[in-house]
Amino acid sequence: MTFELFLFYVFGAILLGAALAMITVRNPVHAALFLVLCFFTAAAIWLLAEAEFLAIVLVLVYVGAVMVLFLFVVMMLDINVAELREGFTEYLPAGLVVAAAMATVLTLVITRFITMDPPERAGAEYANTLELGRILYTDYVYPFEIAAVILLVAIIAAISLTMRRRPGTKAIDPSVQMKVRRGDRIRLVSMESTPKEGKKKKGE
Amino acid sequence: MITLSHFLVLAALLFSISVAGIFLNRKNVIVLLMCIELMLLAVNINFIAFAFFLQDLAGQVFVFFILTVAAAEAAIGLAILVLLFRNRGTINVQDLDAMKG
Repeated sequence: MTFELFLFYVFGAILLGAALAMITVRNPVHAALFLVLCFFTAAAIWLLAEAEFLAIVLVLVYVGAVMVLFLFVVMMLDINVAELREGFTEYLPAGLVVAAAMATVLTLVITRFITMDPPERAGAEYANTLELGRILYTDYVYPFEIAAVILLVAIIAAISLTMRRRPGTKAIDPSVQMKVRRGDRIRLVSMESTPKEGKKKKGE
Repeated sequence: MITLSHFLVLAALLFSISVAGIFLNRKNVIVLLMCIELMLLAVNINFIAFAFFLQDLAGQVFVFFILTVAAAEAAIGLAILVLLFRNRGTINVQDLDAMKG
C-alpha cells in the first residue's frame, strides 16, 4: 500500500464518518459542523486527484461562506429539536434499506465495469490553477459569464426575499425623504404682526 | 496506487449516506438542505476523479460551475427558509401544507 493510498483511506474514512455523524446527530449546529469536516476531508481527497484550485475553492467558498451562512441561519432560527426528531426511528429501517441497496448496486457496477489505469503524476512545473484559468477564460467563457449572472440573480433574490418592511416602525425611506421639497412641508401665511387698533376695540 | 474505483466507490457511499440522511431527517428542512449539499459533493468527487483519470480539465470546469450553482441554491434556499420561519414559526416539513387542497 503506497502512502497516497494510505492518505486516501484515512481521509475517506473521516469523510464517511463525518457524513454518517451529520445525518444522525440531534443538534443542527453539530450537523453543520460535521458537514464542514466533510468539506475539509473532501478537499484533501481532491488534492490527491490533482485538483488543487478546486480544493482551495471548496474550503474558501464552501466552508468560508456557504457553511457560515448555514450556521448563521441555524443559530438565528429558534428550532424545537425534539419535535423535528419525531419519526427518526420510524424512518430508520427504510432509510437504511434504500441506502444499502443504492450503495451495493453502485459499488457493484463501479468495481465490475469501470477500470482505468491511473495516469502519470503531473510534474512540479504543472500549475492546475493556470491551466484551469486558461480554458475557463477561452473555451468556457460564455458559461462563466452565465455563472456570474446566476450569482447576481441569487444575490438579488436572497436580499429581496428576506428584506422585511414592518408597518408601524418609525424608519424613514431615504428615497421618500430625498424627494421632499420645501413646498410640501412649509406653508407661508402672510399676516400682520400686530392686530389693528380698530379690530381690537371691536372685540371688547 | 489509487484507482478510479476508489474514488467512485467513495462517492457512491457518500451519495448513499446522504440519501439515507434525507430519509431520516425528513422533518427538518435545514438538515435536508445539508444532505443535498453532501450529494452535490459526492457528484463533484466523481467529476474530479474522472477529470484526473482522463486527464481532461473539462471535468474540473464542470465542478466549478456546480459549486457556483450550489452556492446560489444554498443562498436562495436559506432565504426561503428564513421567510418560512418568519411567517409560519416552524420549519417542520409536516406543517408546511398550506397548498394542500
